[in-house]
Amino acid sequence: MKQTFYERIGESVLRETLPNGLQICVVPKPGYAKKYAFFATRYGGMDTRFQLDGKWLDTPAGIAHYLEHKMFDTKEGNALQELAKNGAEPNAFTSNAMTGYYFDSTSRFEENLEILLSFVSIPYFTQESVAKEQGIIGQEIRMIEDNPDWQIYTRMMQALYSASTARTAIAGTVESISHITAETLYECHKAFYAPSNMILTVVGDVDPVHVTDIARRVLPREGGPAIRRDHGTEPEGVCQKETRKEMEVSCPQFLTGFKCTPAPDGEAYMRLAAVGEMACDILLGDSSPLYQRLYAEGLINASFGGEFEMMPGVAYLYAGGDSKDARAVAAAIREEAHRLAEGGIDEDFYQRVKRAAFGASLRGLNSFENIAVSLTEGYFHDYDPFRFPQVFDAISKDDVAAFLRENIVEDRAVLSEIVPKGA
Amino acid sequence: MEVTRTKLAEGVYLTYLPARKFKTSLLSAQFVCPIRRETASAYALLPSVLRRGTVRYPDLGALSVRLDGLYGARIDYTVRKKGESQCVGFVASLIDDSFAPGGERLLEPVAELLGELICDPVTEGGRFVPSYFESEKTNLIDAIRSLINDKRDYADARLLQEMCAGEPYGISRLGSEEEAQRLQARKLYAQYGELIASSRLELFYSGGAELARVEQALQAAFATLPRENVQELVPTLPHTARQTPRSVTERLDVTQGKLGLGFTCASRDDTALLMGNTLFGGSSNSKLFLNVREKLSLCYFASSVYHRAKGIITVSSGIEFDKFQAAYDEILAQLAAVREGRLDDWELEGARSVLLNAYASMGDSQAKLENFFLGQAATGQEETPELLAQAVRDVTAERIFEAMETVSLDTVYFLEGKETQA
Repeated sequence: MKQTFYERIGESVLRETLPNGLQICVVPKPGYAKKYAFFATRYGGMDTRFQLDGKWLDTPAGIAHYLEHKMFDTKEGNALQELAKNGAEPNAFTSNAMTGYYFDSTSRFEENLEILLSFVSIPYFTQESVAKEQGIIGQEIRMIEDNPDWQIYTRMMQALYSASTARTAIAGTVESISHITAETLYECHKAFYAPSNMILTVVGDVDPVHVTDIARRVLPREGGPAIRRDHGTEPEGVCQKETRKEMEVSCPQFLTGFKCTPAPDGEAYMRLAAVGEMACDILLGDSSPLYQRLYAEGLINASFGGEFEMMPGVAYLYAGGDSKDARAVAAAIREEAHRLAEGGIDEDFYQRVKRAAFGASLRGLNSFENIAVSLTEGYFHDYDPFRFPQVFDAISKDDVAAFLRENIVEDRAVLSEIVPKGA
Repeated sequence: MEVTRTKLAEGVYLTYLPARKFKTSLLSAQFVCPIRRETASAYALLPSVLRRGTVRYPDLGALSVRLDGLYGARIDYTVRKKGESQCVGFVASLIDDSFAPGGERLLEPVAELLGELICDPVTEGGRFVPSYFESEKTNLIDAIRSLINDKRDYADARLLQEMCAGEPYGISRLGSEEEAQRLQARKLYAQYGELIASSRLELFYSGGAELARVEQALQAAFATLPRENVQELVPTLPHTARQTPRSVTERLDVTQGKLGLGFTCASRDDTALLMGNTLFGGSSNSKLFLNVREKLSLCYFASSVYHRAKGIITVSSGIEFDKFQAAYDEILAQLAAVREGRLDDWELEGARSVLLNAYASMGDSQAKLENFFLGQAATGQEETPELLAQAVRDVTAERIFEAMETVSLDTVYFLEGKETQA
């Protein structure tokens, strides 16, 4: 395995690619009792249309998430149970562009790793077990549809994007999942769960050689072809300027989103992520002048916050929280972006925010899950996330101002609101 | 785990846990006092008002400049309930000195700032800055109201309120909207004076610094803390069991119903009850999860919590409205199965290893350690995670069945949809 030491953050990573195309990363963590494994495929809620064996397939919204649920079924029973018997805490999640399966355990790690690799690589569904899952996932969908945070975010994505499958709800709808069959699930597994489309990350005090040996032994010998996907051809403009929904909530909430120019994979992807994150902090982070002013005026409260996010072909900055006057806050954000873009960013302020951003990224390395997810994202988008100190060094306040000038403008903005019933 | 507890001053205790493996150090300062209806909202409001400014850094902007300069150190206010105590204060997280690119010492300035937030707030005319008070009061009221936004949390809280009505345990950590509405600036300043003079202060540190250095930094930071009237901690009283279970139904405009069940436990065998609850609904391998959710598809989630300090078990589940009776019957049937020892071979050892894994990995998270040791201090417990793990290893099946035999239904809470819903 090839070892890289990252001096500025005190971490090292051992990497190896198996003949079947599987990427393996091991992050040694001496002194920790917990060992963590994360096994992920480059396949998520936005990958509904793809080419398999030369033919384009259109699959129902929510199928990647459905598949995640069904993967825990094994011929012998249920992998969740098997892992929990060993005291491991297994779980999984599906995001727009990734499905990840993981556990942590303090004992019998290698045995648990075998179980993880085995159940994720061997599909076992029957028509009955697929039909039964519809009840469970249907309940999950109903539960998230009652959640205002989910509603406001999903509606914002649907306002920002008209064609990109970034607008597709990850779990789908009760209607869309009713079209899922065992056969489609097998096809999706075949397309996306080949070792060449996956990465295994292990964090903890483990023997890296044993990890690769287990992966070699348990996983298929052959990789698979690269799968072409169609995420839709997204026009430049936003889909809908405003969206509003009444729900059983105590006070009005909002999110304002800005459709940003995406970056290709590689160094450019990581650089845009850093610029976008800095832009977000400088524009509206806790220590920004805008945040202070809006907080003092009572227009926002501690729920206010913002993020910059990227997924294949898509980049957006969004911010929001509770507010009695969403329009005023959204307008203030655009005006402040304009002021910073034109008037320039104060150098001291920039340096301060950069220091704080370094501290926050470093703090993130306390979390095994965060380490594994970052390495996985980096692998899927072809960059090395542990080089963040160097990337922060390489960007300047002018890059941030240019980002704000291009992206945080009226034409690219949408507003999503949730208001109390009858308001 | 190497834990040192020292008394720094009258009613001021430090729990010190050396650890070099983290990127950060965690420093926490928490006042522990009995939770009471009359003071819960006032004490919940205090740390948020204090977090607005000190004499030296009089507004959020000045505080942010300071914290950013300390490599994005964070100081967050916290309001928690541990047993029947309310714990309010601050948790600070700072990067370990060894990663500070300029080689700066960060522990001392962060401890100093923590001390200033508590002992040296910015004031106007002998009370808190009126605009800070007003906006944080509004935020508190919004936070209390917003509990309804997450229906699962809301239903869990309502079950506890109904089950423990009249007991301190039924009081929410933020108090009630009515009490919050009544808060006044001048009175709050007096309540602040009472809280810091009369409550136990629990300090906690985890990180790479030596004990002597931590003690020194904290002693300097809290040198002016008034300590003339420190009260003893008040123990949490067991729940008064009902003879006949009480049922409460509430209607809101929701698409998914929530069913909560509250049980009293007469047994005082904590470890046996903890294991019993893990078997019943405390893990993703429990009877509730495997049967009520997975096998029968009656709910999307169904889990249970053992409230050790109070000696009760609560069940939380999300169901379709018309599945109420089926889910209710099945949850009770699963409890009976645990009680009667109807377990598969692996279930007992599986539950044991879930708990052992949780105790063993606690030392890997500074936040979990802080929360655990605060809970221990606030409820007068002294066991380390290792001792609790040993007790779990030692507990026998017979003790578990015996303890679970004393678990009886006390309160049923059902949240259902509005009838008018289309």
